Amino acid sequence: ITTNMECAVDAQSLISISLMKIHNSRTQRGGIKLHKNLLVSYVLRNARQVYIKEKYAEIYRMQQYEEVRTVCNEIQELNPLDLDSEDADDEDQARAACCGDETSLCHRGAAQPAVHVRAPSTLLGCCPFEDSSKESEPCEYRSCCMEASPVSHFDPFSADNIRHCNKTTVLDLDTHVVTTVENGYLHQDCCCDALQGGQGAQSPAKKRKGEFGGCVSEAEDVSDFTAARKRAKREDCSYSNPDYTETSNISNLISIFGSGFSGLLSRQADLEQICSKQALAGLGAWTRAIVAF
Amino acid sequence: MTKCSKDALRCDNSCGGDNCVKQRTKCALLIKSAASTAGIGAVPASRTVSCWMRPEVWTGPASPPSPSSSLICRYQDPEPADLSMEEESDTRKINNSFLRDHNYATEADIISTVEFNSSGELLATGDKGGRVVVFQREQESKSQPQRRGEYNVYSTFQSHEPEFDYLKSLEIEEKINKIKWLPQQNAAYFLLSTNDKTVKLWKISERDKRPEGYNLKDEDGRIKDPSTITSLRVPVLQPMDLMVEATARRVFSNAHTYHINSISVNSDLQTFISTDDLRVNLWNLEITDRSFNIVDIKPANMEELTEVITSAEFHPQQCHTFAYSSSKGSIRLCDMRQAALCDKHCKYFEEPEDPSTRSFFSEIISSISDVKFSHNGRYLMTRDYLTVKVWDLQMENKPLETYQVHDYLRGKLCSLYENDCIFDKFECVWNGSDSVIMTGSYNNFFRMFDRNTKRDVTLEASRENSKPRAILKPRKVCVGGKRRKDEISVDSLDFSKKILHTTWHPHENIIAVAATNNLYIFQDKVN
Repeated sequence: ITTNMECAVDAQSLISISLMKIHNSRTQRGGIKLHKNLLVSYVLRNARQVYIKEKYAEIYRMQQYEEVRTVCNEIQELNPLDLDSEDADDEDQARAACCGDETSLCHRGAAQPAVHVRAPSTLLGCCPFEDSSKESEPCEYRSCCMEASPVSHFDPFSADNIRHCNKTTVLDLDTHVVTTVENGYLHQDCCCDALQGGQGAQSPAKKRKGEFGGCVSEAEDVSDFTAARKRAKREDCSYSNPDYTETSNISNLISIFGSGFSGLLSRQADLEQICSKQALAGLGAWTRAIVAF
Repeated sequence: MTKCSKDALRCDNSCGGDNCVKQRTKCALLIKSAASTAGIGAVPASRTVSCWMRPEVWTGPASPPSPSSSLICRYQDPEPADLSMEEESDTRKINNSFLRDHNYATEADIISTVEFNSSGELLATGDKGGRVVVFQREQESKSQPQRRGEYNVYSTFQSHEPEFDYLKSLEIEEKINKIKWLPQQNAAYFLLSTNDKTVKLWKISERDKRPEGYNLKDEDGRIKDPSTITSLRVPVLQPMDLMVEATARRVFSNAHTYHINSISVNSDLQTFISTDDLRVNLWNLEITDRSFNIVDIKPANMEELTEVITSAEFHPQQCHTFAYSSSKGSIRLCDMRQAALCDKHCKYFEEPEDPSTRSFFSEIISSISDVKFSHNGRYLMTRDYLTVKVWDLQMENKPLETYQVHDYLRGKLCSLYENDCIFDKFECVWNGSDSVIMTGSYNNFFRMFDRNTKRDVTLEASRENSKPRAILKPRKVCVGGKRRKDEISVDSLDFSKKILHTTWHPHENIIAVAATNNLYIFQDKVN
């Protein structure tokens, strides 16, 4: 996509402008205009594609592969869930289990406007696989991750990831954080300063239905629509990827986590991988480092 | 009965509204009668009917406009001596609530649709306040040949009111989205008007006689005491001052979940379609409690929505064929004989996107805002944000002709996105012979393209530039480099002044152009 000509507007501000439009349309007289919001969602998708590409290119420019490797090895050593480093599956399951409840809590929390991982302490506290002796280690693990995170080149985007991803942009209007959810990955993108104390404009469909309050309550109408907009982007984002079966979506993940750990086990291996990766992301709060490795 | 003797354009309803009688050029307030369900509506004082364009070059439908076409513009006025500026200040004096200055318009007065009827005798306008104002063409008179065929206010009524949908907690706007006339079959006129949710069939009829001499009622309508009646008489029809009534004959409601964007009357004159973002419904004009859904593009999962319907129209001759345009820049032609649900199109018109012009806003500017069949039924015209395209119904893979309306905006799409102008829905029209097409732009400009000579002209609808009998000059937008004297640069364009709605007389070279709250009617010069 060629960036726009004369306007010096970058993808990020286009994203925030678009989200503002969607938000404002909810209070417009006459109800939400489906056509206009669909068009805005296209701009949003386009802008985010460019944004991600730019971010990506930036990462590659700065990244030194060896350096990353080294740091990651260090992190691996401190990983409290790495019970058996040879057994990747167990590790994934463990991570998933640890985060499964938390994430499902998170997803189903009715009052929260965005899909967030809550305080890391809550997260770690629910891990059934840890025993008390390892209590301190998660913290260290976490702090290690935290240290790593400021280094932007730990961004886990890889060319392969991008191609097979399913992306959704989530704006938390309480903290003004824009998040890209990608194949279940949660990444903090940026803080949108432009958005001031607004109400939720966009977030995973199922959660949002309860949020509309006075504006619209008809399921067919708007709550479908907000999900539709996201999905429209998702669909087109993965348009070039013919492998639709591989791409998961938020609602599927929610149902997986909703069914608890047993749900995870009953799924196919590849889905498990994907879910566990999301769980993994949740583990490290907003860190990106771990996810890629 | 008291008569309001104010001029049509100046009456501010201070005459009281009741018992107001319409005369040709006088105030058009209606009499509130029991039969009439129309509310009173003063002609919005900020609405002016003005400006005749008399292009000397256009003597027939085939004649092209020459680049230096002299277009005489004259304001229509009950008193020819009045100048436009005077009228404006007069209006200001009387109606401070409507106008603070001549650039300010109350939102309710913004014209949202214009449409000539099939004979061109009547011109209807709908506005954001839910009102419909109908203009009628004067009969030609030998004594004043220059005033031939001026349009005067004929009827005003409140078509739609704001409603509240309690179930969804939504307000339904009263703005009139579209008006379509039914061809005249008797002395009365019928039109369909629609807002976002409800279509109404209005009957506009004249009354110039009334019965007098009832036995049981006296002249004021009070019931007489039967014991005082000593003789019987037959009521007699007496002439009265002409009164134009509008009554709602049918209300077609509760058939659309999404916002209605267009209506179209079938050539069979029995059915019509109403179209919202995802569905097209077929109605019979007589039946209001039922409609047939003939197109439904709503996906099973709304999350998979990628495209909406933006407009639909019946073929002008084939009563089984209609076309609908989409937000993705495609048009589908459907045959109702194929299936009850016309989800399968029989023709699909789309031009592949040019990858070199791809931008953030490609999807927005390719969304079609209007689709119109030509009068001869052989072509389709579509309008997207920057272009007008003429399609041959026999050729689906690319348009026959593409006209750039305001390509200089391509570099400004970002700002236009920010100020929402990029979502403006421009309409397009054919002239009676399908040789010229017209569409609007910004800065109160509108453009005409002659399909035969490939010439085009940009004109402006504005009071400042259109003095009585003045010659309307073609305008030009300077795209870069040195700006010539009369040119206007792209950055000086006023994007709040947009011409979205235009209509062309079915037979003659008369056009009506809506510029925010003002209606301009231009016509050929009389020789």
